Amino acid sequence: MPKNITVSGVSRRKLLKSAAILAGAAAMPEIIYSPAILAAEPITLRYLSTATDQAPAIAAQAFKDTGIKIEYVTVTTDDVTKRIVTQPDSFDLVDTEYFSLRNLVPSGNLKGMDAKKIKLFDKISTVITKGEVNGKKIGDQGTSPHKVLYLEGEHSKTFSKSPTEWVTLIPTTYNADTLGIRPDLIGRPITSWAELVNPQFKGKASIINIPSIGIMDAAMVIEALGVHKYGDKGNMTKAEIDLTIANLIKYKKAGQFRALWTDFNQSVNLMASGETVIQSMWSPAVTAVRLKGIPCIFQPLKEGARGWASGFALPRTLTGKKLDAAYEFVNWFLSGWAGAYLNRQGYYSAVLETAKAHMAPYEWAYWMEGKPATQNIHGPDGGLLEKKGNIRDGGSYETRMAAIACWNSIMDQNEYMVKKWNEFVAA
Amino acid sequence: MRTAAQRSAGWLASPLAAVLFLFFVVPLAVIGVVSFWSYTGYSITPAFTANNFIGIFDGCRIGGAGPCVVLSTYLSTLFFCLITWAITLVWGFCVAYFLVFEVRSTGMRIGLGILCTIPFWTSNVIRMISWIPLLGRNGMVNLALMHLRIINHPLEWLLYSRFAVIVAMVHINTVFMIVPLINSMARISPALIEAARDAGASWWQTLRNIIIPLCRGGIAIGSIFVITVVMGDYITVGLMGGEQIASVGKTIQTQIDALQFPIAAASAVLLLAFVILMILALLRLVDIREEL
Repeated sequence: MPKNITVSGVSRRKLLKSAAILAGAAAMPEIIYSPAILAAEPITLRYLSTATDQAPAIAAQAFKDTGIKIEYVTVTTDDVTKRIVTQPDSFDLVDTEYFSLRNLVPSGNLKGMDAKKIKLFDKISTVITKGEVNGKKIGDQGTSPHKVLYLEGEHSKTFSKSPTEWVTLIPTTYNADTLGIRPDLIGRPITSWAELVNPQFKGKASIINIPSIGIMDAAMVIEALGVHKYGDKGNMTKAEIDLTIANLIKYKKAGQFRALWTDFNQSVNLMASGETVIQSMWSPAVTAVRLKGIPCIFQPLKEGARGWASGFALPRTLTGKKLDAAYEFVNWFLSGWAGAYLNRQGYYSAVLETAKAHMAPYEWAYWMEGKPATQNIHGPDGGLLEKKGNIRDGGSYETRMAAIACWNSIMDQNEYMVKKWNEFVAA
Repeated sequence: MRTAAQRSAGWLASPLAAVLFLFFVVPLAVIGVVSFWSYTGYSITPAFTANNFIGIFDGCRIGGAGPCVVLSTYLSTLFFCLITWAITLVWGFCVAYFLVFEVRSTGMRIGLGILCTIPFWTSNVIRMISWIPLLGRNGMVNLALMHLRIINHPLEWLLYSRFAVIVAMVHINTVFMIVPLINSMARISPALIEAARDAGASWWQTLRNIIIPLCRGGIAIGSIFVITVVMGDYITVGLMGGEQIASVGKTIQTQIDALQFPIAAASAVLLLAFVILMILALLRLVDIREEL
C-alpha cells in the first residue's frame, strides 16, 4: 500500500511539474520568442517619467545593446513627484526634474547615485555640473541643477555644497524655454517677454497653469515690463508673489488670456487652432505644431529663457541585479545613441561628445552649432522638421544655454504661492 | 420565520456592504482624518489641527474688499450647478415625456432611448474636445455665421466662457435626468390620464396635477445625479472655461499636485459636506423611498 501511494504521488508530482512548466511558458511568451536570452531571464526596469522623456525607439535600442528591458510608466510632471513621495516601490528608475528635488530628497525615498559607477560622469555638460557653458557663468536664479547635484552621503537628506561621490540625478535632458508664437498671425518680430501681455494680443495669449512654472513665466514678463526687479525669480518673497499675482489678475480681468493650459496637448491645440498666437510653451509642443504644417516659432527673447533639466534617480529600495542593471542602463543612456535621439528632438543631451559621434555632421551643425541646414532635417521618427537652408530657433547650444535667466524651482513660500495662484485662477 | 428571512436578507446584503465599507467608507474616513493632519512639501504628519480648514477661509471676513477665493469659487460652481440643473430638468422632462407618452411602439421607444445614450459611447474628455472645432474662434459656428453675414467678427464668447461650460454640462448631464424620469412616467397608469381627460381636464391641467406630482421621485433622483456630478466636475469647467474659471475640484487638484494632501482633504471634506446638505434639502422636499 505505502509503495503504491509513493508511486502515484511521484507521478502526480511529475504531472503537476510539467503542467506548471507549460503554464509558465504560456505566461511568458517573450522568453520563447527570444532564444538568445533563454538562459538568463532578462531584467526588466520600470522606468517612471513623463511622456516627453520616453521613446519606444530608445527602449528597443537599449534592449538590443544591453539586454535590459525597459517598461515605461507614463505620468504627468506633478504625478512623477507624487509617485516618488507616495509609492516609491512602484518603479526601478525615475526620470524627474531637478527643481522637484527639494521635495524629493527630504522624503528619503530616493538614494544617491554613485558617481564612480557612472563611466562618463566627468564628461557631463558643465551647464548641469557647474552652471557654466564654455567657462562662462549662466543664470543662477531658481533651482540651477549644480546647486542640488550632490548629496552628503548615499542616504543623506541634505544637499552638499561641494562635489561628493553621491549624485542626486544623472541628467537626461534639459533646455531653455521661452514663448511660442505664430509668426504668420503676428506678422512682426517679437523680442521681449513683455509681449505676452501686449494689448495687441488681447484674448489671444495664454500662460501655463502649473503654478511653480507659470509664476516664473509671469515674473519674466513683469521684469521685462520694468514693473519690478526680482531678487530671485525662483524664490520670491511674499510681497513679490502678491505683486506678481496682482498683475496677472489685472491682465486676466482685462481679457488678455484666451485660456490657461496645464497639459502638453492643450498647448498644441491652442496654438494650432489659432485660439492663441503667443503663449508659454515647451519645445516638443512647438515641434508638434510644426509637424502639422502650421508655422510656429520657439521665440528667443532678449530677457533670456527659463531653464529646466531632468535626470535619472533610483528608489532607495533598489538592490541586487536590478540595481546593477539600472547603472548599466544609465551608462548606456550616456553613451551616445540616446543622446543623439534626444538632440534630434530639440532637447539637449547630458554628454555632448558621445551624442555627436552618433549624429551626422550636418545634423550636429544644425541642432548644436546654430548653422543653416545643409540638408533637409528629419525628426527621429523620420518626419520632415526643417527644410535645407533654415536655422534652428535660438541658435547654437552655447547661445541658448547662455540665455538662461532662471531655472524652474520650488520656492520657500511654495504653499503661499499655490494659494495665491488659485486666487488668480478664481479671479 | 420572519426573523430567518430577515437574517438571510442580511447575509445576502453583506457582500455589497463589505465592498462599500472597504472601498467607500474607509477611504472617506481616511480623507476626513487626514484633513486634520499637518504637512510639509514631502510628508504628512498625524496631528489634530484646524489650520487646513482655517486656511481655506483665509481672507473671508465681513466687510472685506470682495468675496474671498473659497466663496467666489463656490458661488461660481453653484451658479453652474443651478443653471445646468434647470436646463437638464426641463429638457430631460420633455424628452422623457415624448418617449413615454407620444411614441406608441415599444421598439421605437427603445431605439430612441438608446439614441439618448450615444454621447456615452466615447469618453467624456473626447466629447468635450470635439466642441472646440465647433465653437472655436475659427470653428464651424463662427465660420457659418460670418458666411451668412450675421456677424463680422468671430464671437469670442462661444468657447472658453461660462456659456461653453454650460453647453458642455447640459450635453453631458441631460441623460441622467431622462432615465429616472422615463422610469417614473412609465409607471403612471394610462387609466389615470384617461380619467383626467374624461373629467374634462386640459392637457396642461393633466400635466400639472397628475404627471408632474407622480414624477417627483424621478425628478429628485435625476436632480441628485446632476447636482453631485456638476459640483465635483472640474474637467468640464477646465476644458470649456479655458481653465480661467474656478471650480472646487480644480482647487483640490492644484493642492494635490503641490503635494498639499491635508489641505486638499480639508477642501474635499468641505465639498462633501456642502453636497450632502444640498441633497438633504432635496430629500426634505421629496421622500424618495415612498415614491419608489
